[in-house]
Amino acid sequence: MMKQFGYNSLKSRTIDYKNINTTLISYIIKNEPSFSSCISCGSCTATCSAANLTFFNIRRLNIQIRLGEFENIRQEIDKCMLCGKCLLVCPRGINTRNVIMLIKKGLVTFNLVE
Amino acid sequence: MIDVLIIGGGIAGIETACSLQELGLETLVLEKEKQIGGHLNNWDTLFPTKRSASEILEYYAEQIRKKSITIYLNTTVTSIRKQDDGSFEVHTSREVSFKSKTVVMAHGFSLFNAQRKEEYGYKIYENVITSADLEQTFKQNNDVFVNPMGKIPERVAFIHCVGSRDEKSGNHYCSKVCCITAVKQAIKVKQLSPQTQVFCFYMDLRLYGRGFEEMYREAQEKWGVQFIRGRLSEVAENIDGSLQLKAEDTLAARPFKMSVDMLVLMVGFEANKSTALFHNSCGVACSESRFIQPRHHHLSANATNIDGLFTAGTSIAPLSVFDTLNHAKAAAFAIHSYITK
Amino acid sequence: MNDLFIIAPFTIGLIILLGILIGKYVVWTIQLSQIDKLRILHGFFTVRTFRAIREIFWESLLHRNIWKTNPLLGYMHMSFALGWLLLIIVGHIEAYVQASSLSVPPWIPIFFRYFEHEHFYGARFFAHTMDVLLLYILSGVVLAYGKRINSKLFGIKRTTKLKPKDRISLIALWSIFPLRLFAESATAVLHGNGGFLTSGIVFRYLQVTPNIEYTLWVLYSCSLAIFFITLPFTRYMHIPTEVFYIFLKEYGIKLKKQFNSYSKIQVYSCSRCGICIDACQMHHAQISNNQSVYILKNIRDENLTDRKLYNCLLCGRCEDACPVNINLNDLRISQRIKSSKEYNSSYDFLEYSITEKADVVYFAGCMTHLTPGIKKSILTVLDTAGVNYLFLDKDKGACCGRPLMQAGQIEAAKKLIAYNRQQILESGAHTLLVSCPICYKVFRDDYELGQINIRHHSEYFLELLHNQKITIRNTQKSIVYHDPCELGRGCKVYEQPRELLQSIGTLKKVKHEKVESLCCSGSLGDLSLSMVERNKIKEQTLEVLLKPNPDILATSCPLCKKTFVKGVDIQVKDIAELVAENIQSN
Repeated sequence: MMKQFGYNSLKSRTIDYKNINTTLISYIIKNEPSFSSCISCGSCTATCSAANLTFFNIRRLNIQIRLGEFENIRQEIDKCMLCGKCLLVCPRGINTRNVIMLIKKGLVTFNLVE
Repeated sequence: MIDVLIIGGGIAGIETACSLQELGLETLVLEKEKQIGGHLNNWDTLFPTKRSASEILEYYAEQIRKKSITIYLNTTVTSIRKQDDGSFEVHTSREVSFKSKTVVMAHGFSLFNAQRKEEYGYKIYENVITSADLEQTFKQNNDVFVNPMGKIPERVAFIHCVGSRDEKSGNHYCSKVCCITAVKQAIKVKQLSPQTQVFCFYMDLRLYGRGFEEMYREAQEKWGVQFIRGRLSEVAENIDGSLQLKAEDTLAARPFKMSVDMLVLMVGFEANKSTALFHNSCGVACSESRFIQPRHHHLSANATNIDGLFTAGTSIAPLSVFDTLNHAKAAAFAIHSYITK
Repeated sequence: MNDLFIIAPFTIGLIILLGILIGKYVVWTIQLSQIDKLRILHGFFTVRTFRAIREIFWESLLHRNIWKTNPLLGYMHMSFALGWLLLIIVGHIEAYVQASSLSVPPWIPIFFRYFEHEHFYGARFFAHTMDVLLLYILSGVVLAYGKRINSKLFGIKRTTKLKPKDRISLIALWSIFPLRLFAESATAVLHGNGGFLTSGIVFRYLQVTPNIEYTLWVLYSCSLAIFFITLPFTRYMHIPTEVFYIFLKEYGIKLKKQFNSYSKIQVYSCSRCGICIDACQMHHAQISNNQSVYILKNIRDENLTDRKLYNCLLCGRCEDACPVNINLNDLRISQRIKSSKEYNSSYDFLEYSITEKADVVYFAGCMTHLTPGIKKSILTVLDTAGVNYLFLDKDKGACCGRPLMQAGQIEAAKKLIAYNRQQILESGAHTLLVSCPICYKVFRDDYELGQINIRHHSEYFLELLHNQKITIRNTQKSIVYHDPCELGRGCKVYEQPRELLQSIGTLKKVKHEKVESLCCSGSLGDLSLSMVERNKIKEQTLEVLLKPNPDILATSCPLCKKTFVKGVDIQVKDIAELVAENIQSN
């Protein structure tokens, strides 16, 4: 039950920046450098067609991936319809659709699905 | 030949002219509008003092009279040409051209055209206005506060960074003054209409100047203005003319919809169109942001890549009134030492 | 001297070539779907076969499409194809006439001058005719050399790069005809059987011995053999494949979403002429590795990277320019399907709600929600015309599925299509109105909406105007119209927006219009293009569009509008807005 909400009883309460799993974030930034310029303004999530109907939150996914936490990420990313609205509102010009594709690919390539 | 020709009769140009006159140099100011003062004419009050903008304008009108500064109104500069002897020839819309030893570009900025940010609905939805429009309403009516449909608004939202820090607007830079202007205007709204709920939607709050942080605290503590960290993404109109906003409260990590009766877009600064004109006619260097590039950011912030061509005020970047006047005073010293050298 | 060394290389080469070709044709045909096989069977004894032969004549021999784009390049291709074929045909006739019989060993017409020195009736005529044909091909060879040295002479800015095996084949092809010239000239000196070309020029000052003559003929035969044997493994495979492709195309076989045998035939039909490279706008962003010709090459060599695959606007300009009519967009998408097949998507959060009944269903689409000006204008026009409509995705809506299709995630797209389809059908509407060409394309191609009329707003508003449901005021302003890729090349809607605009203002012509129109660079078809690169392409497009100094830049796509508005001072408006601004209620 707890796991469903993204909590893991084994996970530390604090972020351990020294021991972050950077596999996915490095892979994404290597292939889509614009991902690193996110300022977490939230316009992507606000406009998102999927977020209109679900808890899908692309901005939070960014933070989750930076912290190397992959719980529920697969189920979350599968809600994206690739419609491109987030791409059109992003003030930093991040190629969000490519980021989604890279997350999908990265999860398969590095077998990060938990 | 004139010593100094100043392009622009806004506060930067006038302040430069006054300081130069004190230093004993002969000046001429060219202003394209029918009056001096530039954007300040359209402004009600100034942050962080809430002092009326007209006080500043009256001060300078007095100075112009006292120092008998020559100003040509309704005169638009079309090109600047550097001559072989190092002087300048400045052509204008009035078929008169001027020769001068030095030129000051104090032609200022343009406000971002909010229609370019279509998803915010400016000029599409009646109750969407810009910060400049709001100043006008404050100026015209200082007693009651109503939205463009004539209704006392239950909720008003201020949207920061419209046309600033936005790749989609083509402007990557921060316009510096919009955050504090929003705080100032939010307070004013609360003063006029205490029952109205006021929200400010920001990406980052940049309250850098003297007295700014204090004003931010005042807005929170005294007036109950609510600051929400999230960028507006879409606006839709309800049948009654109220506006449906879509944003994410990024601190709560949840998207939300909110209905407001009035939306104020904090429009940013853009380089004045004349800047491109001057760039083409005399080759003055511009930065990526399309504003003029000073010769040295720290050590010669008034000089340009062309000897004898100077800048004052917002032709180099977005600046507050405070910073503009200081930059203008510095311009006078830089020009004086250039001429007397 | 042993004739075997002359006959053998050519004959062995030809047998190997024919063996491989027949094998490939058979395998490809077997791999086609059952329905496609039936299509061939049904089409074979009909006029379609003649149409195919006619197209082969025009395209594979005369290269009409290449002529249209680039006459010099067309001439080069034609000289090789037509010249060589005529050389073979006339050579055979010559051999039959000489032998007064149709039973001549197959190599005799090829090495005719070497074997036959006796004078016969008509020998002079044939010698001169064959020389004319040889000269014709040689002119093409010279052009081919020239193109390799400096492709700009052909008006082509960029050309394809060669692999070692292609180089061998190319050298073989280029040496066949000069070697034939030398060999025939040598024989002409010794036996006096040459035409105007072969009897003079080459060996006027050189001593020719039978040894030299023999060696030249052996080399000629070898170059033919090398070319034949390497052909199936190099770019020259396009010659026999294109012929086969034209037949299949005429029998009505269409490209499927999934990569199959027919896709493979299309891939091998590419002649690498390079015309698509020049059609591609990516070079404005200094990108020169992802054009269709390279993608097809990568598919053949099985080394296509995601970076290249997804870096394409899918604007369709290359497809339009392709002289072989290869479905370049859909081929690329089929590769994307292959590359992303392991990705999943689930949209079970979409809830079916009961849709209200209406005559017209309006589907705004995701992009229109970011351009409220367009959305509001559409509603204004519908209200003015008194249309009974339902705004389907007013508050909550699913994406149409086209962006997923473009990204190759076809299974995911099908889920959205099923959802939207049911919602639309339930409304009982007779017309589906769409304000975004991206949605429009997928509704038309993949939704199977039966009797429902699908209309883009430019078409629908024109119908309203014709039916006098609305009247429009003419503003006298000058307008330039930008064709959105998905509406123009994608759905072939070119005239309706123009007719509508002519009732609003004066339409000005621009350099690239209609089927040749440029892409705005905002396309969702590209997944990896950066904003900086997009801006560079956009600026080039704007330069063309703003050349006539219009008052208004009009388009009919919210995404094109949003892309352009970032870079111009003049008004950028959707047709819907222009109609709404100038509408007069009846």
